[in-house]
Amino acid sequence: MTFQINGKDFSQTPRAAQCLRTFLRDLGHFGVKKGCDAGDCGACTVLIDGEPVHSCLVPAFRANGRAVTTIEGLAPAGGTHPMQQAFLDAQAFQCGFCTAGMILTCASLNQAQRQDLGASLKGNLCRCTGYRAIEDALNGKTNIEEAAAGAAFGRSLPAPAGPQVVRGAARYTFDTAMEGLLHIKLLRSPHPHARICFIDKTAALSVPGVHSVLSFEDAPDRLFSTARHERAWMDPDDTRVFDEVVRFIGQKVAAVVAESEAAAEEGCRRLKVEYEILPAVVDPAQAIAPGAPLIHDGKTLEQRVANAQRNIVAESHGEFGDVASALARSAVTYEGTFTTQRVQHAALETHGGLAWVDAGGVLHVRSSTQTPFLTRRALTEIFDLPPDQVRVFCERVGGGFGGKQEMFVEDVLALAALKTGRPVKLEFTREEQFIATSTRHPMRITVKAGADACGKLTALQLDVLSNTGAYGNHASPVLLHACGESIGVYNCPNKKVDAVVAYTNTVPAGAFRGYGLPQTLLAVEAAIDELARGLGISPFEIRRRNIVKPGDPMLSPPGSGHNDIIYGSYGLDQCLDWVERAMQAEGPTIDLSADWLIGDGIALTMIDTVPPDGHIADARISLREDGGFELTVGTAEFGNGTSTVHRQIAATALATTVDQIRLLQSDTAHGGHDTGAYGSTGTSVAGRATQAAAENLAEDLKMFASTATKTDPDTCILENDSVVCGKQRLPFGRIGQAARARGQTLSANGSSQGTPRSVAFNVQGFRIAVNKGTGEIRILKSVHAADAGRVANPMQCRGQVEGGVAQSLGATLYEEMVIDDGGRVSNPRFRDYHLPSFADLPRTEVFFADTADTLGPMGAKSMSESPYNPVAAALGNALADATGIRFTAVPFKPDRLWPPLQEKFG
Amino acid sequence: MDLNTIKEVAHPRQREQLPVWTAGDAWLAGGTWLFSEPQVHLTRLIDLADFKWPALTISDTGLTIAATCTVAQLDALACPPEWLAAPLINQCCRAFLASFKIWKTATVGGNLCMSLPAGPMISLTAALDGVCTVWTAGGGEQRASVVDFVTGNQRNVLARGDLLRQIAIPLAALQRRTAFRQISLTPVGRSAALLIGSIGGEGALTLTVTASTVRPVQLSFSKIPGAGELREALRHRIADGLYHDDVHGKPAWRKHMTLRLAEEIRAELQGLV
Repeated sequence: MTFQINGKDFSQTPRAAQCLRTFLRDLGHFGVKKGCDAGDCGACTVLIDGEPVHSCLVPAFRANGRAVTTIEGLAPAGGTHPMQQAFLDAQAFQCGFCTAGMILTCASLNQAQRQDLGASLKGNLCRCTGYRAIEDALNGKTNIEEAAAGAAFGRSLPAPAGPQVVRGAARYTFDTAMEGLLHIKLLRSPHPHARICFIDKTAALSVPGVHSVLSFEDAPDRLFSTARHERAWMDPDDTRVFDEVVRFIGQKVAAVVAESEAAAEEGCRRLKVEYEILPAVVDPAQAIAPGAPLIHDGKTLEQRVANAQRNIVAESHGEFGDVASALARSAVTYEGTFTTQRVQHAALETHGGLAWVDAGGVLHVRSSTQTPFLTRRALTEIFDLPPDQVRVFCERVGGGFGGKQEMFVEDVLALAALKTGRPVKLEFTREEQFIATSTRHPMRITVKAGADACGKLTALQLDVLSNTGAYGNHASPVLLHACGESIGVYNCPNKKVDAVVAYTNTVPAGAFRGYGLPQTLLAVEAAIDELARGLGISPFEIRRRNIVKPGDPMLSPPGSGHNDIIYGSYGLDQCLDWVERAMQAEGPTIDLSADWLIGDGIALTMIDTVPPDGHIADARISLREDGGFELTVGTAEFGNGTSTVHRQIAATALATTVDQIRLLQSDTAHGGHDTGAYGSTGTSVAGRATQAAAENLAEDLKMFASTATKTDPDTCILENDSVVCGKQRLPFGRIGQAARARGQTLSANGSSQGTPRSVAFNVQGFRIAVNKGTGEIRILKSVHAADAGRVANPMQCRGQVEGGVAQSLGATLYEEMVIDDGGRVSNPRFRDYHLPSFADLPRTEVFFADTADTLGPMGAKSMSESPYNPVAAALGNALADATGIRFTAVPFKPDRLWPPLQEKFG
Repeated sequence: MDLNTIKEVAHPRQREQLPVWTAGDAWLAGGTWLFSEPQVHLTRLIDLADFKWPALTISDTGLTIAATCTVAQLDALACPPEWLAAPLINQCCRAFLASFKIWKTATVGGNLCMSLPAGPMISLTAALDGVCTVWTAGGGEQRASVVDFVTGNQRNVLARGDLLRQIAIPLAALQRRTAFRQISLTPVGRSAALLIGSIGGEGALTLTVTASTVRPVQLSFSKIPGAGELREALRHRIADGLYHDDVHGKPAWRKHMTLRLAEEIRAELQGLV
């Protein structure tokens, strides 16, 4: 068969039912991405004879004799298509994994389709942006700015990888060709709880191309947690690479390593596994009841499992004051029980990686991870390898959202590479993402709250039951975080927390954007709202009367023992003001029938700017001979935009422009340490290290120049890519050359320990319309105010806010993993798990508080996670305002809202 | 996705060249569903593309849609002005969960054969009194109305090896005035209820209920009924168990939406009469 691909003819015969997507990738067209492999996400869009199609659904043979255009061929070699330029000008991407498909689709739209983007773009999912920036690109809007030397911080500079992203040239995990690669496929448990008695590998090993089969017999007998934290004690050691006991449907049982994916799949089907079925429990309340099947029987406090005899991973109890008597004396009280569902991160790049052992015996793992350094640490421990014998790295990662603060593939990759001696690849399918990685923790939250007649809070109580699924990765810290800032943000003399996180025989929950707060805020912010309603005061006013202000202790029982949180800055008051003003502003009039009920709602959130108990980042920066700099950081780029910000920080500290800063990142081979890009630390912690390194180098440059010019170093300043000492100006290039001539490289290190920590704030407001006859919701206004300190890059930070609101609206309105009574995920695909598409999201007005943090880099604070947090709560409050009904379970889908609406309104 | 168990793709050009149907075979039309899920039970695809059936044929008696006609081809059809029902075509195409890119590949026949409650080509062809022609595995031919062709959620009358050849739409149906209503849990999501009403020359109303029910349900009234009569008829014809239950809508809500949308259609068409 002959294919014309990007203008070149290829003669090649695809496999019988190979899809065009893999055929193109096999030929090296890595711009063709796999988001779902099922036609739902559009990341694999290519043009056939000029028409856009999802290449994962097209049999490759059907492209025979036709012209295929991938993103790499959209513009003539070296050129930029107008749509690619538009995406650059608007910076219409974050992680960039959807971008190639998005650009090809947008470039093919006719005028009519451009007028109806909701319909035209429903086949292209972007998990990061919330689509506003994509709309900007289609409208030809420019969002980027330029900055003079030394003035980069605070400017909307574009992402350095932008040109590669829009051309499909940015390399994600699998965008590299390797000779002699073996493919791994995992056999997964069909049972929610079973003991593996025997695995007959004979038939699998006889499949042509199957190299080996790995199971618990081959795996190190060592317990660990897939969760990655700086301190291992945060998570229970309850997981093995391959275990003899499987605890959820989808848990890996064995790996088949083969010359092709097809052979590996066939090998998995030929494995004969004898299971002893064990009793299972999928409901968390039943799991902690006496007599429930024990999921981690035998594990103890030594493995950091609080009470294995009751399936309790962790619990937290405490009381300040006396909640019960305070409630009894309160002018107004509220009690309600709220439930939050299981949601998936749905980063468009699935988990996976490549691993190989080099000639020197070093194990290399290239994976889709937020935590390369902590993953290396885990691999050295599990496989008893010295740190210098293991390298973990990533280039660009296609979205994370917390899901990649875990080790789901690297352990298997390492085992397979070490056992076979060959390079190996493991790439999860979209279904595997749903059934076998991690989700947000579903929670049941009972809140009790009281206030006096003046609207001052008298009591706040949380009773939380969290479901961590079969493994306890992140179970305890998520629970503690959920019960921390959610009530710590309010001054209240009596507070009580009872919180438990339970094991169940279901897919594990793990780290997820918001880290527990979105769940508890749904309840806490509802309670605050109900108290305001009971007292007849506004939702803004009750919050103003009760929120913490600088100097107030931020208290949540039983008390964490952390004494390193300070008010490095404070902008919550401004955020409330911004949202209140914006909500009052006149909007366009809307013509809605009498069936539509209108309501407003707000919610707020506080978040510590750094996760607790240590978050460490090292950075190193060197002056090159050409006067540019090489900056090495450990933190990863997955759409968070930190690559942009690190260059801005360094360029600002060194009085240069960002194009002079070459960034190396997220590779343990570069040395140093980085806890990882989670908890919005890419700027707030790693950025602080970069600032320190750059400032140290600035001092070194001054010293060098003062020596060279024989001037007082105190009179030297950095200015316009030079050191100016009195009347002499030494360009950086000359300093670099002079240093080299002396056999010297000018370089400096910086590090940040992630402590002390500050607090950041967000307030979300919605005006919605609810159709009382159908349960449909329309968002008429969405307003978000963020206290991000000094904003390093307003365009990017706005994008993080919009993306957070968008992802959270997905969890508020649409997304829900359904687990049946037997513990099986019944909707493990995008067409049944609805990610917000272009048509599903409002445009959110974003405002920033005017603050400057004393702790964060150049005054900046964290701002990737927290915009997600108040969204469901604000929407729930708007629903209550519109309907007079307090809905207590997300997602707020029409078919759930309708029955109470019908009951009330007929 | 790659279908790695498929060892062979047959490309017959005429009926005589059809291979003998064996276990592990599947028809390949557009492939948009087939390639969207693992199909490990399959070993051979029989590609229908090389039949090169004319996608759309307009004649004095109506419209014939080949099973392999793509959704995009149907949507692009320039309909004669007297086909008052023509707007339904685009309305139903837009009711696809999938985007216009999928329409270029997905086929009308494939949508019928998938027999999902929310299949919008089922809604369209059922409402237009479409009649399916089936090439039976034994070499014969059968006809069945679309309403009867789909028998349940992902169930239809096709026996193993039977092939849907085409759908014929009678002219009379195309000349009726129509009203269309659809609702989904999300703004452009999968249909949870899709109802089409049409008025014949004598003022008779045909109401076709799809998406909310596991199979199409068609109600006929000699004239436009009153709201109460319509409601009763729907309650009578559609037992609660017939409403579909999945993540795209709970049955009680689908039922209520069906009654609501039916009444909207009734009112709209009454305004036209």
